[in-house]
Amino acid sequence: MTTLTLGAAINAGLRQAMTDDDRVLVLGEDVGVLGGVFRVTDGLHAEFGPDRVVDTPLAESAIVGTAIGLALRGYRPVCEIQFDGFVYPAFDQIVSQLAKMRARSGGLLKLPVVIRIPVGGGIGAVEHHSESNEAYFAHTAGLRVVSCSNADDAFHMIQQAIHSDDPVIFYEPKRRYWEKGTVANEPSLGLHQAGVLRRGTDCVLAAHGPTVATALAAATAAEEDGYSVAVVDLRSISPLDLSTVRDLVRTTGRLVVVHEASTFFGLGAEVAAAVTEQCFFELKAPVLRVGAYNMPYPPAQVEDHFLPDVDRVLDAIDRSLDY
Amino acid sequence: MHMAPAETPAAAAWGRLLDRQVEDLAMVQFVTPDGALTPAGEEYGVDVDLAQRLHRDMVLARRLDTEALALQRQGELNLWLMSWGQEAAQVGSIRALRQTDMVFPSYREHAAALCRGIAPAELMAQWRGIRHAGWDPSVSRFHIYSLVLGTQTLHATGYAMGAAMERSDEVVAVYFGDGSSSQGDVNEALNWSAAGTLPVLFFCQNNQWAISTPTTTQMRTPLHRRATGFGLDAYHVDGNDVLAVHAVTDVAARRIRAGSGPGLIEAQTYRFGGHSSSDDPQRYRTQADFDLWMGRDPLVRLERLLRTLGVEDDWFKELQEESDAFAVDVRSACKALAGSDLCDLFGNVYAEAHPVLAGEREQHMAFLAALESQGEA
Repeated sequence: MTTLTLGAAINAGLRQAMTDDDRVLVLGEDVGVLGGVFRVTDGLHAEFGPDRVVDTPLAESAIVGTAIGLALRGYRPVCEIQFDGFVYPAFDQIVSQLAKMRARSGGLLKLPVVIRIPVGGGIGAVEHHSESNEAYFAHTAGLRVVSCSNADDAFHMIQQAIHSDDPVIFYEPKRRYWEKGTVANEPSLGLHQAGVLRRGTDCVLAAHGPTVATALAAATAAEEDGYSVAVVDLRSISPLDLSTVRDLVRTTGRLVVVHEASTFFGLGAEVAAAVTEQCFFELKAPVLRVGAYNMPYPPAQVEDHFLPDVDRVLDAIDRSLDY
Repeated sequence: MHMAPAETPAAAAWGRLLDRQVEDLAMVQFVTPDGALTPAGEEYGVDVDLAQRLHRDMVLARRLDTEALALQRQGELNLWLMSWGQEAAQVGSIRALRQTDMVFPSYREHAAALCRGIAPAELMAQWRGIRHAGWDPSVSRFHIYSLVLGTQTLHATGYAMGAAMERSDEVVAVYFGDGSSSQGDVNEALNWSAAGTLPVLFFCQNNQWAISTPTTTQMRTPLHRRATGFGLDAYHVDGNDVLAVHAVTDVAARRIRAGSGPGLIEAQTYRFGGHSSSDDPQRYRTQADFDLWMGRDPLVRLERLLRTLGVEDDWFKELQEESDAFAVDVRSACKALAGSDLCDLFGNVYAEAHPVLAGEREQHMAFLAALESQGEA
C-alpha cells in the first residue's frame, strides 16, 4: 500500500508491466527523454532504453499502425496519444485495422495493443485538448475501452490492459492526473468490472473517469439534503458491467448517468437502453443523463459551465426523484 | 546479424548495378519487350534455370487470374481483382526474398501469394464471400490482404522495428500501388522507416492507374524520386521484366539486410484488366494505351528470351499441360468452398471472453431455435 498521484500510478504500472515482460514497449510522441507532456512515462526511457520507450515521429496513424506490426511480431505495445483530440489521424488504424484484424483473420491473429489517451477537459486547455471520445471506440467491435478514475485503478488497470490479448483503449482523466490516492498491492476488481464506491437507497449515479469525483461530491451533497445516493464507477465502457449497475438500480429504481462526453448517442444512452431493457418494472423514473451539450468543446473560459458539475448532477437527481 | 554479401561474380555484378542505381534512377531493364537482352541484362547474365522457374510462376498466376475471372462471370465468385499484367513485378520480387522474410501485401498480390504456397482456394475464399482472409500468415509469412490502401505499409514498418530490435537480418517487404502512394500512411511509413533505419522493402507496383485516375493526375514527382527525399535507397525497374525485377529486388534486399535502412522499388507495370471484375476500363483507357502495354507483356517477353536461349518447345508444352491441370484444380477448389456460418463468427472478434458477444450469440441461437421449432409445429 502506497500513496501516489494518478499519473504516477500509471507510470508505476507501466514500469511494473515492462519489468515483468520484455515484450512490453511504450511508443508515442515525446514519451522518451521528456517523459511525455504529462510525465506519465517519466524515467522509463532511462530505465528501459530507446528500443522499449520509443520517441516517435509526430504521426498518430503511424504510432498505431506500427504498434499493430509490433503486435503481429509478438510484442505488447503501449501507445500514447498525446491528447484526446489527436487520436483522429489514427482513426482508420484503430477502427479498421486494429479492431478488425482478429476477426478478419478468422481468429488467427491477436493484437495485444494498448492505446493510452489522456481524456476530457477541466484544465483550461486550447481546442482539441479536452475531448471525450469514448463513444467512437466503444461503438467499434474488436476494441475494449476502459477508463480509470483514481490512482489505485490506474496502477492496476494499466497492467490488466497490457495483459489483455485484445486491443484496449485506455482513458486517463487528465484533470485528475495530480490527485493522490492509495494504491493497493493487488487489484480488487477485474479490468471490466464496475466498482461500487458508495451504497445508497434512493438513486444511483453511474460515472467513469473524470466525472466519478463529481458524482461522489454530488452524492455527499445530496446526503446533506437527506437523500441516499449510490455511486458506481463504471471503469469499463466496452464491455459494460451491466450486472453491477442493474443490481443497484433494482434496489433504488432510479439511475442517473454522468459523463463528460455529449449525451447525444453517448455512453449514457447505451446504459439507459440496456438498463431499461433489463429493469423495466423496477424503474421508478426514466434513466437520466448528465453530459456535455452537443457542440464542439468550448473555449476554456466557459468550460466550467459546459462540463457536468455537482449542481447539474444534483438537478438530475432531483428530477429523477420528482418523477 | 548484418551479413556482408559474398564476393562472387554475381555479387560484383549486382554491386555495379547498385552503383548505377545510386548515380541515376534510370529504369533498369534486362530484357526488351521483344525478348532481347539489354546491355545491362548482358552484363548481369541470365540464370536460365531461375528464368524458367519464374516463367512457370507467372504462367500459373495468369492461369489463376483467367480462371477466377471466368468463375466470377459464372457467379461462383462475388468479385475478382486480376493481377494480369503484373505477374513479373510480383513473382520477380517475392522470389528474390527469403521464404522467412515477412510480406505485407495489398489486395492484388495473387501471383506473389501463390509463390508463398498459398493455395488458390485460400485466395478465392475472400472473393467468394467465405472469409475475409483465407490463409494463416504465420505459415506463409504472407500477411492477410489490406483493402484500405496503404495501411499495411505501417504494419510492415512496425514489424521491422521488432526485427531491428532483435538484430535480425530479415527483410520486411510491403506491396502497394501508385494510387496508395498518395495516402498519408504510406508517407508516414516512408519517413518513419527511414528515420529508424528499419529493414523495410517498399515495393510499389506502378500499374499506371488508380482505378480510373492515371498517375499523371495523381502525382507530379515519381514515387522513386519522392523516396530518395525521405532518405530511402530508391530503385526504378521495368516491372514487366521479371529478371530485372528479381535482380533489383535482390540488390535492394541485400543492402537492407546489411543494415543500410529501408529501400523502395518502383516497378513500372500495367494492369491489363479492370480494377476489379466490376470495373469497365474502356470508360477511361484508350485502346492505344492498352495495346502499347500489351506489347510489353511480361510473359511474352520471357518466353521469347527463353526460346532464344535454347529452351525446348517440349518444356513449354509441359508447362501448358501443368497449367491446364492447375486450371481444373482451381475451378473445383472454388466450387468446393462451402459457405460460412454466422454462429461461428461471434468467437472471432475478441481473443478473450466478451459478454456482449456471448450474449448476442446466445440470443441469435435462441432465435434460430425458435424459428426451427415454429417450422416443426
